[in-house]
Amino acid sequence: MVEPVVEVKNLAASYRKNIVLRDVNFCVQAGTLTGIIGPNGAGKSTLLKTMLTLHPALQGSVKFFGLPFKKAQKRIGYVPQRGSVDWDFPTDVLDVVTMGLYGQIGWLRRPKRLHREKAYSALTQTGMAEYAERQINQLSGGQQQRVFLARALVQDADLYFMDEPLAGVDAATERAIMNILQQLKASGKTVMVVHHDLQTVKDYFDHVLLLNRTVIRHGQTDQVFTKEHLAQTYGGTMRWMREGESHVVFAHDE
Amino acid sequence: MTYAGWIMITASLVGLSCGLIGVFLILRKMAMMADAISHTVLLGIVSAYLVTQELSGPHMLLGAILAGLLTAFLVQWLQSLQIEHHAAMGIVFTTLFAIGVILISTAVGKNAHLDVQHALMGEITFIPFKMISLPLIGDIPEATAMLAFACLIVLFAVIIFYKEWKITSFDPGLAASLGLPVLLLHYVFMSLVSVTTVASFDAVGAIMVVAMLITPAASAYLWTDRLLVMLILSSSFGVISAIVGYVIAAWIDTSISGSMAFATGLVFLISFLLSPKHGLIAGYVRPAKPIEQ
Repeated sequence: MVEPVVEVKNLAASYRKNIVLRDVNFCVQAGTLTGIIGPNGAGKSTLLKTMLTLHPALQGSVKFFGLPFKKAQKRIGYVPQRGSVDWDFPTDVLDVVTMGLYGQIGWLRRPKRLHREKAYSALTQTGMAEYAERQINQLSGGQQQRVFLARALVQDADLYFMDEPLAGVDAATERAIMNILQQLKASGKTVMVVHHDLQTVKDYFDHVLLLNRTVIRHGQTDQVFTKEHLAQTYGGTMRWMREGESHVVFAHDE
Repeated sequence: MTYAGWIMITASLVGLSCGLIGVFLILRKMAMMADAISHTVLLGIVSAYLVTQELSGPHMLLGAILAGLLTAFLVQWLQSLQIEHHAAMGIVFTTLFAIGVILISTAVGKNAHLDVQHALMGEITFIPFKMISLPLIGDIPEATAMLAFACLIVLFAVIIFYKEWKITSFDPGLAASLGLPVLLLHYVFMSLVSVTTVASFDAVGAIMVVAMLITPAASAYLWTDRLLVMLILSSSFGVISAIVGYVIAAWIDTSISGSMAFATGLVFLISFLLSPKHGLIAGYVRPAKPIEQ
């Protein structure tokens, strides 16, 4: 069997004395695009942060490419929620994208022209090249998200974690981002995305991880993304509508 | 060098180093940490005196760095025990400051020519009375030499680790995921705040140093959207405030450190009214620009 790209065993984490994750176990294979789905407070963001050691784990182990995080760090890219930073910070778009290369540039060195060129081409990929010199406080939500995505692309990682990249973005940005995620997948990279819009899950992801404090179900979308499993994940906070053959789900997810 | 000359040089060095450090304090959203550390360095200075029985530059610097790090560490530790960040800061710095006050008020402290009044307000007027002799430079007031040294350290650290300060201030999550030692950098930064504070201590005291750390940087933030420009503006504002403050103090014959802090407030007021980007008047003249989609 091929070694999984991500292997999580018995992971648990707490937040302000409340256990938010327990007994989390799953494996992710290379070249998959996985949507992490679950209600508010299910621990989706905490799961990403705990896996990336940005949040302390109570117990359990996480391996990437068979290695602990520290040793696999250079092959992993992380896109935090765009609300996690201050967009009034005095800097411009190209500079933010170049930050994705700071790990490679190393200590005591300054970003060179080569690095800025890499950043510029990542911006071209996300359709933000013309905004390269724009101050970041002048961007819309969708543009901010594209800048964050460009910053992850420039890292040229093999495995990406993205926290709600489609939250509050315009339709054009959503299409652009999903195109890029499909390209990443096509080139053999592995992507895990925290996602909130149940209606687009079937179109966007080939794998689904249903999470509510622990893994409810995980596997290929057509097998896992079913009415029963969703009801199990969301409990009673959901109602159903029938539209022809497919189920449309409305979750009360603020 | 004249008496007034030394005072203005000393004050300008305070403005310069505080201006640089202040920018990162504001961008890291830890302006209040300056207040905390400016108080706890008192404990560091008193402790350094108790151990070495000397009140000289290097001992004070070392004591202050340790006190600053202790403050930063205790705040971090209380926070990890689920105590709210600002509450943690309030608890730690008042307690450590109180210990400093108790020590200073005992017989031990009284021998050290230290008093709380001096620690809080500073007395820049006395600085030219305590000269030391350095190779190459010649006679220089001890406090000025220490400030010049602190200023060099700060300048050096800001230039050498410029991109690290930038990324850990903007997005510590990304910095950590790229493998940068975010916590270590945090403590290095806290040490820089401590060095700046203790070096400015003699000149402007613990309370005024907060004005010099925060206000010029906050004013600079109103004028620019670029980090480098913000650093240059902030340190210039610090120097200008220091000199204007001295002129005001000489003119109406009043406290120099008080006038300097007042001058930083004036610079902020002017920036707040006139800045073309975020100023009050510009806001009235030009309607808010809609964000394009």
